[in-house]
Amino acid sequence: MTAIAEDARKLALGAMRRKRAMALAAPVLLMAYFAYVFVAFDVSGLVQRAKMDNAVILLSDAVSYKIHATRDNRSDALAVSVEGSRRATYPEDRIPDWIRQDGDRTLIELTDGHSVTYDGPRISYDHPDYGPIRITIGNPILLDLPQPGPVPDFINASDARVVVTTDAGRLTVTRTRTDTFRYFWGWELFFFDLQSPFHGMSAGTLAATVAGGERLHADRPNWQAVLHDFLNNSIWRHGDVFFAIGETALMAFLGTFGAAAIALPLAFLAAQNFTPSRWLRFAVRRVFDFVRGVDALIFTIILSRAFGPGPMTGALAILITDSGSFGKLFSEALENTDQKQIEGVQSTGANALQRYRFGVIPQVMPLLLSQLLYFLESNTRSATIIGAIVGGGIGLMLTQAIQTTADWEKVTYYMVLIVLLVIAMDALSGWLRRRLIKGD
Amino acid sequence: MPTVLPASARTVDIREEYLSLNRRKRMYGGILLIVFLAMFVSGFRIAEHRNAASLSEGFSRILDFPRDLVTEAWGNAANLPAHAARAFPALVETVNIALVSTILGCILGTLLALAGTRGLARWPRLIPLARRSADVCRAVPEIVIALVLIFILGGGPVPAMIAIAIHTAGAQGKLFSEVNENVDMKPVEGLASVGANWWQRTWLGVFPQVMPNYLSYSLLRLEINIRASAILGFVGAGGIGYELRNAMTFGQGKFDQAAAIFLMLFATIVLVDQLSSWMRNSLTRGRGAQ
Repeated sequence: MTAIAEDARKLALGAMRRKRAMALAAPVLLMAYFAYVFVAFDVSGLVQRAKMDNAVILLSDAVSYKIHATRDNRSDALAVSVEGSRRATYPEDRIPDWIRQDGDRTLIELTDGHSVTYDGPRISYDHPDYGPIRITIGNPILLDLPQPGPVPDFINASDARVVVTTDAGRLTVTRTRTDTFRYFWGWELFFFDLQSPFHGMSAGTLAATVAGGERLHADRPNWQAVLHDFLNNSIWRHGDVFFAIGETALMAFLGTFGAAAIALPLAFLAAQNFTPSRWLRFAVRRVFDFVRGVDALIFTIILSRAFGPGPMTGALAILITDSGSFGKLFSEALENTDQKQIEGVQSTGANALQRYRFGVIPQVMPLLLSQLLYFLESNTRSATIIGAIVGGGIGLMLTQAIQTTADWEKVTYYMVLIVLLVIAMDALSGWLRRRLIKGD
Repeated sequence: MPTVLPASARTVDIREEYLSLNRRKRMYGGILLIVFLAMFVSGFRIAEHRNAASLSEGFSRILDFPRDLVTEAWGNAANLPAHAARAFPALVETVNIALVSTILGCILGTLLALAGTRGLARWPRLIPLARRSADVCRAVPEIVIALVLIFILGGGPVPAMIAIAIHTAGAQGKLFSEVNENVDMKPVEGLASVGANWWQRTWLGVFPQVMPNYLSYSLLRLEINIRASAILGFVGAGGIGYELRNAMTFGQGKFDQAAAIFLMLFATIVLVDQLSSWMRNSLTRGRGAQ
C-alpha cells in the first residue's frame, strides 16, 4: 500500500517538475526569440532613424491647418489662401478679419498678441515679449532687432531670407515674397470651398437658407445646391471619396457572394455523401486547397495584369481566393448533414433537385449564411488593401494621400471613413445573422 | 404567426392556413432574392463600367502573365535556386513579422478579452472600454496603420509588425472573450473560496480551461498573418512582398525572379497551413484523451 502511494507520489512529483520546467522554458524561449527578432529587425537602429518630427507634422497637420497671407513684393498683391493652395484662395471681399488692409499697409494679427505688418519694403513682426523685429527688403535683406545681443533661436536670418518662427505663426521674408501664416484648429473648408456661396455660413443660417431663403443658384433649389457644393468641394472631393468608399464595399460584396455562388455547387462535388467518385472528390478538394494556398496577393497581381485597375479586378481577386475557403467550409458542412431529412423528403417522391432544395439546403443554410456574412465583413477590410494594390476604391485614395505626405487631414478623413465602413459592415452582418439565422 | 385554431376547425382550414402562410413566406423569400439579385447585377455593372478592362477582355488575357512567367522561369530554370536563395532572408523576415505579431497580438488580445468578459474582469466598470478598444483595433485595416508608421519609422519590418499586431489584438480579443464566456466558473469560485486573489484565480482557474482554444485560434491567426505580412510587404513594409514588388517592376526579363518568389510564397503558406492544422488537430486530440 505504501509502495503504491510512494509510486504515485513520485509520479506526481515528476509530472510537476516537468510542468515547472515547461513553465520556465516557454518564457525563456519566447524571450530568446524576441531578442533574436530585436536584432534581426534592427529595432535599436530604427529608434535612431525614426523621424519623430514627421510624427509631429502628421499629428499637427491632421488636426490643424494654416492660412497664409502672401504678398508678392514686386507687384504688392496680397493673396490669402488656405495652406498656400491656389484653389483655396479667399476672394477680395471675404478675406478673414484678422488680416486688415489699409492702403499699402497690411496688418496681420496672430495669436497671443503677436502681429505682423507689411508696409512697402518694411516688414515688422511685433513680438510681445521680445519687441518689434524690423526687416527691410533690399539687397541684402536687413534685420533690425529690438534687443542687443545674438540673434534669438526663433529667428533664422541670412542675406537672402529671414524666417521668424513662433507658436503664433511664421513669417518668411525673401526678396520676392513675404509670407505669414497662422494656425487654426480643425479641417479647413471641410463642407464648402471658397467658391461656394455657402462657405462661412453658420449651421443655423444654412438651415434657414435651405428651409426658405431665396435661391442662391437660379437653376436649382437651395438644398440641391448645398448638396452639390458639398459633394463637389474642390479640396476634399467628397463625391469622389464617397464613390470610392462605395467601390470598396462593392468589391467586398461582389467578391464574397460571387465566391459563394461558385463554391456551393462545387462543394457538393467535394462532399463524401453526395459524390461517390473518390477521384472526383479528391480532384475538387485539391483545387480548393490550391486556390487557398495561392495567396490573395498572387491572385491580385495576376488579375491586375489582365484586368487593369478598377473595382472588378479587386472583386475577382476576392472571389477567387474566397471560393477556395468557401468550398472547404461548405463541403464540410454538407458532410455533416443528417441523412434522415433527405430520406424523409425522398419518401414523399421528391426528385433529386427537390431533395437538395428541401432536404439539404435548410440544414446547411444557417451555417453557410453565417460564414458568408463573416467573410463579407472581413473582406471589406481586405478590399481596402486589395484596392491599394490593384488601384481602385478608397485604398487607392488612401495610398495616394499618404504618398504626398502633405495631406494628413485627408488621410485622417479616409481612415475615419474606412473604420466607419468596416464597423457598419460588421453591424449589418451581425444584424442579418440574427435576423436570418436565429429568426428562423 | 401562430394562430390558435379551435379544436373543431376542419383540416381544410388548417390546410388553407398552412398554404397561405407558406405562400407568404415564399413571396418574402422571392422578393428578398429579387432585391439581392438586382443589387448584385447593378453592382456588377458599375464595377464593370469603372474597370480599366472589361470582364471578357480580361479573361482573354488572364493567362498571358502566368504564361510569360512560366515560360521565362522554365527557360531560366537553372537560375531559380539562386533567386530563391537571394530572396530567402526576405522570406524569413515575412515569417518573423507574422510570428512576432501573432505572439504580441495574442498576448494583448488575451488581456483585452480578460478585461472585457463579464465575471472575469478585474475592473467590471472597464468592460465596455475594453470591448470598444478591441472593436476599434479590429476595424482598422492593417494597411492604414502600416502606411502611417512607414512614414514615421521608415520602411522595414517593424511598421508591418505593429500594424498586424494591433489588428490581431482586436480580432483575438473578440474570439478569446467568446471562449471566456463559456468558462466553467466552479474552479474559479473554488479558488476564490480558499482566498486566491484575482491573478491566481485567472492563472489557475481560467487559463487551464481556455488555453487549448486560445492556442488553436492563435494558430489559425498565424495562417492569416503570414498572408497579411506578405501582402503588406507589397505596399512598402519589408519582407518577401517587397522583393516580389521589385521583381515585378523590373518586368519582362526578370520574371524568373518573380516566379521563384511566387513558388517560395506558395510553399511557405502551404507549409504553415499544414503545420498549424496538424498542431490544432493534436491539440483537440490531446484534449479528448484526457
